[in-house]
Amino acid sequence: MPYDIEAMNNNTPILTIKNVVKHFDISGGLLDQLKLKNGRIVREKTTVKAVNDVSLTINKGETLSVVGESGCGKSTLARVVMGLYPPNAGEIYYKGDRIDHLTHKEMLPFRKKMQMIFQDPYASLNPRKTVKQTLEEPLRFHNPKMSRTAIHDKIISVMKQVGVDPAWSSRYPHEFSGGQRQRISIARALILDPDLIVADEPVSALDVSIQAQILNLLMDAGRERGLTYLFITHDLSVVEHISSRVAVMYLGTLCELAKTEDLFATPAHPYTRALLSAIPRVGETKPKNIKLKGEVPTPVNLPTGCVFHGRCVYANERCINEVPKRTLLDNGTLVACHAVEENRDMD
Amino acid sequence: MSHLLEVQDLKVKFALRFGDLTAIDGISFTLDKGERLGIVGESGAGKSVTGFAIINLLSKPGFIAEGKVLFKGQDLSTLPGREMRKIRGNRISMIFQDPMMTLNPVFTIGTQMVETLKAHRNITTQEAEKIALEKLRKVHIPSPEKRLAQYPHEFSGGMRQRIIIAISLLNDPAIIIADEPTTALDVTIQAEIMDLLQELCQEEEMGLILITHDLGVVSQVTEKIAVMYAGKIIETGDTQTVVTDPSHPYTRGLIKSLPGALKTGEKLYQIPGMMPNLTAIPPGCAFNPRCNLKDEICLKEVPLLKRTEKGIMAACHMI
Repeated sequence: MPYDIEAMNNNTPILTIKNVVKHFDISGGLLDQLKLKNGRIVREKTTVKAVNDVSLTINKGETLSVVGESGCGKSTLARVVMGLYPPNAGEIYYKGDRIDHLTHKEMLPFRKKMQMIFQDPYASLNPRKTVKQTLEEPLRFHNPKMSRTAIHDKIISVMKQVGVDPAWSSRYPHEFSGGQRQRISIARALILDPDLIVADEPVSALDVSIQAQILNLLMDAGRERGLTYLFITHDLSVVEHISSRVAVMYLGTLCELAKTEDLFATPAHPYTRALLSAIPRVGETKPKNIKLKGEVPTPVNLPTGCVFHGRCVYANERCINEVPKRTLLDNGTLVACHAVEENRDMD
Repeated sequence: MSHLLEVQDLKVKFALRFGDLTAIDGISFTLDKGERLGIVGESGAGKSVTGFAIINLLSKPGFIAEGKVLFKGQDLSTLPGREMRKIRGNRISMIFQDPMMTLNPVFTIGTQMVETLKAHRNITTQEAEKIALEKLRKVHIPSPEKRLAQYPHEFSGGMRQRIIIAISLLNDPAIIIADEPTTALDVTIQAEIMDLLQELCQEEEMGLILITHDLGVVSQVTEKIAVMYAGKIIETGDTQTVVTDPSHPYTRGLIKSLPGALKTGEKLYQIPGMMPNLTAIPPGCAFNPRCNLKDEICLKEVPLLKRTEKGIMAACHMI
């Protein structure tokens, strides 16, 4: 939500992600790990390489969207940022303080400042708690000395802001529609007055007309409270509408990071180009999509070199062997691609 | 000339404890050979129920209360189960949203394909396998001979959906009903599947009914569109006309609320409120509580579909 261009340009990073790696061990018990190789029993671990060496900074007041297809590691990245998964390597800084290796207790003051909204409002609200109970829990937990009336006033003001009638505060989640539940989830995130909101696919489960309502709510709340958003989504038209910068991920790797206008006008990375060409738009009959070859490889056995080489039409020897480094283009776009770096013909 | 499929004043109800609930309230449309029709609407509008009603697959307590579903002149809504089974999966097949739910995880793709063929034709397994291979090639599955012996979990989501399409094509159907076929898939895969469906309709002269909530997809794939709201078709006609220059206030609101048309950060148009619950549809036009053009008449009289100057049909008193 680029409502405040100045805030964007003053470049005070609110969150810095440095070379974050997150792998999940899925090899199971000892017996599952044993395999027969050349007549000998060897122990082999299987790991899902969800996020590999991702670096980003999010500046105060901006909306950075992370896009990519399922399995690209975008949700894992969000959870690592929130401290829900410890990273295997790399560092995360919140306003200059390193937060990735903190104990539960040390993390508490940061939790207040960083809140998360999840995709499915049916699953993320406790069905046995009324709206009021859901909203007062974080307040009581983080501000044990807050008075009963102060809590009550806070709940009412936040409910009003998200457009849920405060008279309904004693109702349970099942009494609300999907859109209203998402409003309650947003209220729960806003109630602690956070600086950063990590929203993981907040509108994907909603109908078009409701989606517009929730996006407007998020944009308004951002404007009024000066929030910074890390927005995780696969919906590129939503991304185009709300973000100031976009990070494109593929198979756990960041392939392109650009300002929204630049990314949509002149996508650099071949994957970004294919992704953009695949969005169906109203009023267009001829799909002009760039076809990718093959299938997405599994994050268990990552391809060598550039992770995208197997599906890229511009790939050559170098792409198979060498991991591309990030290159800074003239317009400020960061892109990790040998073809772009070498200026290969890509039309 | 008679149409390939003609739905006439179809009403679907659900028999509930407190009385009958009308899920589909008198919809009519036609589909010709090779034509692609998109049915759009939000959840609860009745689009999926329409799909199920056509192939007579409504599960209890749902039933067709009124109207006809004419397939090549034959009324499917009154056909006995045994006769219907000859048509379903044979002349009309359906593709569902989640490819993991529609394939049986404990049988190989080959077994499932051969079974579908043998259910409708009197052929040997070898012959059936030959047809299965041919259809897998048609949906661009690489090395189909090897793939035939594999189980659904060995395929990716996009591949599974292509296999479902291959299965639906086995008996060379005249109509395919695709209910949100790409909602569970990524955009690049979605683009591939949509290309494939379009290609098949052109090559095989198949009719396609595409049920989706995604206006972008409908606008790229179909020629004709029907917009549903609270169990009724409220606007229908040529897809490009409807999506670029919608007439009904609901369709207009829906198109306007899509992000993408506006400048970044601008406030999106929002239709106030939400679709009414089917148990409490307001009198008159079902859209009236959310409509900014409403008048006295909208509160009393149900609007009927009327032809407009643009050559499309819309159900609104204010047009």
